[in-house]
Amino acid sequence: MAGRSASLRQAYDGVVAAVPITIPYERFSPEPAHWWIARALGSLVRGAKITPKDIDGFCVSSFTLFPDTAVGLTQHLGLTPRWLDHIPMGGASGVVGLRRAARAVQCGDADIVACVAGDANHVDSFRRMLSSFSRFAQDASYPYGSGGPNASFALMTDHYMKTYGAKREDLGKICVAQRENALSFPHALMKKPLTLEQYMSARPIADPIALFDCVMPCAGADAFLVMSEETAKDLGLPAVRILSTIERHNAFPDDPIQIRGGWEMDREELWSMAGVTPDDVDLLETYDDYPIISMMQFEDLGFCKKGEGAEFVRSHDLTNSGSFPHNTSGGQLSVGQAGASGGYLGMVEAMRQLTGSALGTQVEQAKIAVVSGFGMINYDRGLCSGAAVLAGAGT
Amino acid sequence: MTEAIKRPARKNPQKRTVLPTLPPTSRSRKALGFTAAAAEGRFVLQVCEDCGAVTYPPREACPKCLAMDLAWKDMPEGGLLIAETTIRTSTNVYFRERTPWRSGTVALDAGITVLAHIHGDVAEDGRVRMIARTDKSGQGVLMALPEQETANMADDRQLRELTCDPKHRRVLITDGRTPLGQAMARAVSEAGAAVVFVGIAETWRPYAGADRLAAIPNVEIMALDVTDTISVDELAGEIGGRVDILINTAEHVRAGGVMDRDGIVTARDEMEVNYFGLMRLIQAFGPGMRFRGADGVNSACAWVNLLSVYALSNWPAYGSTSASQAAAYSLSQCLRGEFHSSGVKVVNAFFGPLEEDWRQQLPPPKVTPEGLAKAVVGALRQGLEDLAVGAVAEDFLVRWKEDPRVLERELTQSEGV
Repeated sequence: MAGRSASLRQAYDGVVAAVPITIPYERFSPEPAHWWIARALGSLVRGAKITPKDIDGFCVSSFTLFPDTAVGLTQHLGLTPRWLDHIPMGGASGVVGLRRAARAVQCGDADIVACVAGDANHVDSFRRMLSSFSRFAQDASYPYGSGGPNASFALMTDHYMKTYGAKREDLGKICVAQRENALSFPHALMKKPLTLEQYMSARPIADPIALFDCVMPCAGADAFLVMSEETAKDLGLPAVRILSTIERHNAFPDDPIQIRGGWEMDREELWSMAGVTPDDVDLLETYDDYPIISMMQFEDLGFCKKGEGAEFVRSHDLTNSGSFPHNTSGGQLSVGQAGASGGYLGMVEAMRQLTGSALGTQVEQAKIAVVSGFGMINYDRGLCSGAAVLAGAGT
Repeated sequence: MTEAIKRPARKNPQKRTVLPTLPPTSRSRKALGFTAAAAEGRFVLQVCEDCGAVTYPPREACPKCLAMDLAWKDMPEGGLLIAETTIRTSTNVYFRERTPWRSGTVALDAGITVLAHIHGDVAEDGRVRMIARTDKSGQGVLMALPEQETANMADDRQLRELTCDPKHRRVLITDGRTPLGQAMARAVSEAGAAVVFVGIAETWRPYAGADRLAAIPNVEIMALDVTDTISVDELAGEIGGRVDILINTAEHVRAGGVMDRDGIVTARDEMEVNYFGLMRLIQAFGPGMRFRGADGVNSACAWVNLLSVYALSNWPAYGSTSASQAAAYSLSQCLRGEFHSSGVKVVNAFFGPLEEDWRQQLPPPKVTPEGLAKAVVGALRQGLEDLAVGAVAEDFLVRWKEDPRVLERELTQSEGV
């Protein structure tokens, strides 16, 4: 049975996502993950004008819930769902949560699924998480300088720059544009403008990565609801349709170092299932814990060819009013990285943009959005990737 | 190019001593197979017995065919540096104190890529030679060295964290009366040791080679009798804060087993030197060395036990001595545990029959005192923790690793060696 071809996936007809919630991030907070997730869940219930009993599906992502899982949260928060999921996929959690929940609703396993990501950030929790992140990291990456994701992405960045001739200025342009987007987004932790000169002269962290290439770990939560189109209509909720989604794990394991993600394996199906092309996309939310991975997503999702990411960046204005609105709330690089919430940030932002309810600068005529997720540097590379094409109600 | 490290100035006793911190210690149980080989200086990776795939990091099953049989095998050393970074901030205190730290991705000739520490002389995108060693946490790590030897290569800051190079360090050799002790003093002196303290019991009693020993550069003769607690404590009081490497050359060896001996006088002498002697040394010098595990260029770094290979499995021809050596070996394992927090390595050199008076009747091949001394200095320079010296010991270790029970049967049959 070697090499069986995969079957084609079915469309998400009649399923929508609604009520995007962001609980404003905090650099450090003594509150535990449970507190952040509870706040997000409460906001969902109030935002949808439903009761907790109406939530019959619950999907959770968090790094800092230990010793609890989604199971413990049901009792803690008084939910009695008939469908429960816990997605440990870091930056891919938003896309994967959406696609799991969408199928549950589509197949009648649940009527209203609450998808929530939230993480604590105590003063020492980042160090603790890094030192026990995964078995492979513990055995084979953490002992080599304990640079954490900074070092992992430094190696990827170094290799990519050498291979394709990308410059730090190109990566800097991504960060600078995102900071501009963030200045109008009320929840962004970074409030000051960033110039390319500041980016270039920033304190080095793990060469070639410097301070403004790195996200700031913080505490926070993001959430949304998945339900049928009729339910959303009944509740009077603005919603977005799910045109297509993909996920992939441990793609290209024989690449000596990460130069592409799993999107490249599945992008054809992503576009054909959605019935749109990259040219139709009004805004893109990439997973951006470091600018290099955003550049790879431009390529691997098909917005440009492999190796042309730098040129693509040079030829576009990535701000909300520009030719290619990208990470329209400022992304993690400017808003902060609240653990697994980082995988939700782009999702809730795209939902707000598509429903005309952006908290910051609204992208004009935002009809089609792509949200991309990436997560889990298990050893030397990110293993999880995913993407979703979303459409506003008017399309 | 690596700059030669300079001999440190005399320590200012009013200044704070930098305390030892460790790089990350946690590993999966499987990864300890890599560590055990690295302690011998061997670079091994898992190879699938079914499909031949080389795999890393350590796994429970082959990622190519899911076979469960993964064997540790020696790997070709070559590789190519394909990406690198210089880490300037780290969440780990050990690395935080040692930044900037160079690490990178190496595409091995063995067909896979690994993360590794990178020697300062490795060229960008250059060919490398991989070594596996234990770091200060006692865990195995990989380091990429330049393919060709470079000037002052051993002085690289990151490499020196993995090695116990005697250069600029102060060494105590516990017994200089024997040809072995004298050969050891000569070898560490030649290796660039700043001071070579050589212990002599009952200094008033003459011994062969005394003049030549005293003439070795940087040698300082010290009164030391490992069978006398007061003598050991007195010396530790005098130089305990300045011993960076301790090489225990004291041994008491007599042929014979148990049944044909009358009483326990000889056995007690053996234990007095081989076991209690080691214990006295540990109690007197261990705490000082543990405190000084990160004390700069001449930090405390190694404790060397010279153990008869028959410490691992008794040879009845030297049965009673073997038992005392087994006791010493067991104590060395305890010492390794007690030194763990300090980064000081316990080096166990297992040697076969030595070319010296008390083993006169034994047939060749034998290890010369000079050969054993050279092997120990080599191990210190390379940062090894476990080594076998001489053909007999090497063969013995192979058989012991293969099946200690079978080896025991071999040794306890009359012609067994």
